[in-house]
Amino acid sequence: MVSIKLSENKINQIKDICKSFNNEKGELINVLHKTQSTLGYLPAEVQEVVARELNTSTAHVYGVVTFYSFFTMIPKGEFPISICMGTACYVRGAEKVLDEFKRELKITVGETTADGKFSLSCLRCVGACGLAPVVMVGDKVYGRVAPDGIKEILNDYK
Amino acid sequence: MEMIKLTIDNKVVEAEKGTTVLKAARKIGIEIPTLCYFELKGMNIENKPGGCRICVVEIAGRKNLAPACATEVMEGMVVHTHNIRVLNARRTVLELMLSDHPTDCLVCAKAGNCELQSMAQQLGVREIPYQGEQSTYRKDTSPSIIRDVDKCIMCRRCEMMCNDIQTVGALSAVNRGFTSVVAPAFEMNLEKSPCTYCGQCVSVCPTGALTEVDHTRYIINALADPTKTVVVQTAPAVRVALGEEFGMEPGQIVTGKMAAALRQLGFKYVFDTDFAADLTIMEEGTELLGRLSKHLAGDTTVKLPILTSCCPGWVNFFEHNFSDMLDIPSTAKSPQQMFGAIAKSYFADKIGVDRKNMVVVSIMPCLAKKYECQRDEFKKDGNPDVDFSLSTRELAHLIKQSNIDFNTLEDEDFDHPLGESTGASVIFGATGGVIEAACRTAYEVFTGKKLDKVDFTELRGLENIRQATIDFDGLPINIGIAHGLGNARKLLEDVRAGKSKFHAIEIMACPGGCIGGGGQPYHHGDIEILKKRSEAIYQEDAGKPIRKSHENPDIIKLYEEFLGKPCGAVSHHLLHTHYFDKSEEVIIND
Repeated sequence: MVSIKLSENKINQIKDICKSFNNEKGELINVLHKTQSTLGYLPAEVQEVVARELNTSTAHVYGVVTFYSFFTMIPKGEFPISICMGTACYVRGAEKVLDEFKRELKITVGETTADGKFSLSCLRCVGACGLAPVVMVGDKVYGRVAPDGIKEILNDYK
Repeated sequence: MEMIKLTIDNKVVEAEKGTTVLKAARKIGIEIPTLCYFELKGMNIENKPGGCRICVVEIAGRKNLAPACATEVMEGMVVHTHNIRVLNARRTVLELMLSDHPTDCLVCAKAGNCELQSMAQQLGVREIPYQGEQSTYRKDTSPSIIRDVDKCIMCRRCEMMCNDIQTVGALSAVNRGFTSVVAPAFEMNLEKSPCTYCGQCVSVCPTGALTEVDHTRYIINALADPTKTVVVQTAPAVRVALGEEFGMEPGQIVTGKMAAALRQLGFKYVFDTDFAADLTIMEEGTELLGRLSKHLAGDTTVKLPILTSCCPGWVNFFEHNFSDMLDIPSTAKSPQQMFGAIAKSYFADKIGVDRKNMVVVSIMPCLAKKYECQRDEFKKDGNPDVDFSLSTRELAHLIKQSNIDFNTLEDEDFDHPLGESTGASVIFGATGGVIEAACRTAYEVFTGKKLDKVDFTELRGLENIRQATIDFDGLPINIGIAHGLGNARKLLEDVRAGKSKFHAIEIMACPGGCIGGGGQPYHHGDIEILKKRSEAIYQEDAGKPIRKSHENPDIIKLYEEFLGKPCGAVSHHLLHTHYFDKSEEVIIND
């Protein structure tokens, strides 16, 4: 059975979101968008509720969730780390920075550390190419990040 | 209707506006090869995602080749379907597809029936020039269906069947790009999904990605075991389709050859599910009349309409989707299970065999029957009433393996007593047949009069949802019929909303009824095959000396010797069942 039960409160939140889109099947992506921004992520139970409310199959909801990289079934960390993989950052060594984060946190892109503190994702261009390579932690931007500088960044959040 | 004139392969063709290039070409006999495209004409079943790109054609003035299945005709269009550019592109597309496909064709369950294999032959592919990563996925085995999605080519026919036609929603394309597959929600096993095992995904899958669970080896072992008495029953729809597996024309009736083959295979008793279908009519018909009489007497608590319950895919569907209405379907077991219950009690006693030493095998046009016979409520002390259910295709394999030359077999009869049947039971195999059979008996029992004409042709046909009013000697009985679970859903939603005016509804999960079952020889989208099977069913009925279930002499004897009366105490215990709420059974994490 369902391993993490949703609270009544959360179920009602999801139902309200669905209702705000008139429980329309065609609004699935908007509903998921709003739900994720409210709950942080889209675990299986949440998808079940959305499917029921919109009168569509859970398989279909899961299909949409897994198609778009924006949607995630894993909760983001307390401090989400995003590495810019845009052209400028990439040519200035963003991949090496990413590899260092992976090694240091022992997680890969799309995952969250076991203590729930950090999660890792990639993004494309934050408009600060002059500072390449760029890393964001939450809303804070770090520029000219080198692989040997990431421990220092992480220390800010420990 | 606006007509469009275009040129295909230097031939001028006129086609209605909105027609695809593919269909316009077919009109003048030009076959453009297709793979993901699928159609069952006249049943509103069409799959054209335009994804596989096998049907690409060149259209003068366009830079890129266009998929014929998804490109509409335009005035003055000049199309080339088989020039060098097209042929090269088509072959490359296929070669790329094959580069991510297992090459275990020698032992693949779909070998010989695989559309990908045929396409490779047709396009003359002799090697796979592209070597690269291959997607791998775990194999998922359910009681009826095996998913081996390494062999999936993402044609999405199964997804269309499961969602658009059946509205089951067990399967969806998930993930993206190279890792995309068709899978249940959260990629859980099919067994944990709302799958009904109707098998329509299997019946349209072009490759070996979706196949049935093969039980033939268990049958071979049972037949070789001297301590076992092996009994076989064959469903109505099998006899009008089995011949296709041996090169016969669709619609050939092979009842006699099938009985002979089964006897040659070593089955001790060759019986007929049709006998149990007659029994079903006795029980279900009595139940219908019971509810109807109460209703007429003013009892407002009585549940109408009554729904037929012989189709296990349909039973699974309403247990998952209409669990608030579990008291509406007839409680009568399906013919397969009625047969098993009678074989392992009445018949086992008659021949002095312990039920544990009796093996009951059913030959079914169906994959859901495999699941049905494994249900706990159809077991006694762990021993199932029906031990194994084989599909029509599996029986054909078994016959071929055993070196039996099916086509030259002399016709033989079924054994007695569980092999005697009427025309009413044969028509169970086609949509509308069960309710027609029920009408033949219910009319005579209710009115006490003989029917002048046993054919209720108004109940026949292939329209998705049909309705008719049958005159029970002044009492109009409203009948609804649906085949395909999406159509069934529509009728059931009316019932739920209190809008249904029917007294009885027949539902079959598969389009066409059992003749189009998930276990039948592959029709590859040829609707004519289904039509011919259906015609053969009614032809077999018309040729039977007895055509009403309640006149089957062995059924009459069974009630006299053993059961007492229909819906009586013994019947209730052996021939009726109950249903379960499966709406919450969708398990997320296990």
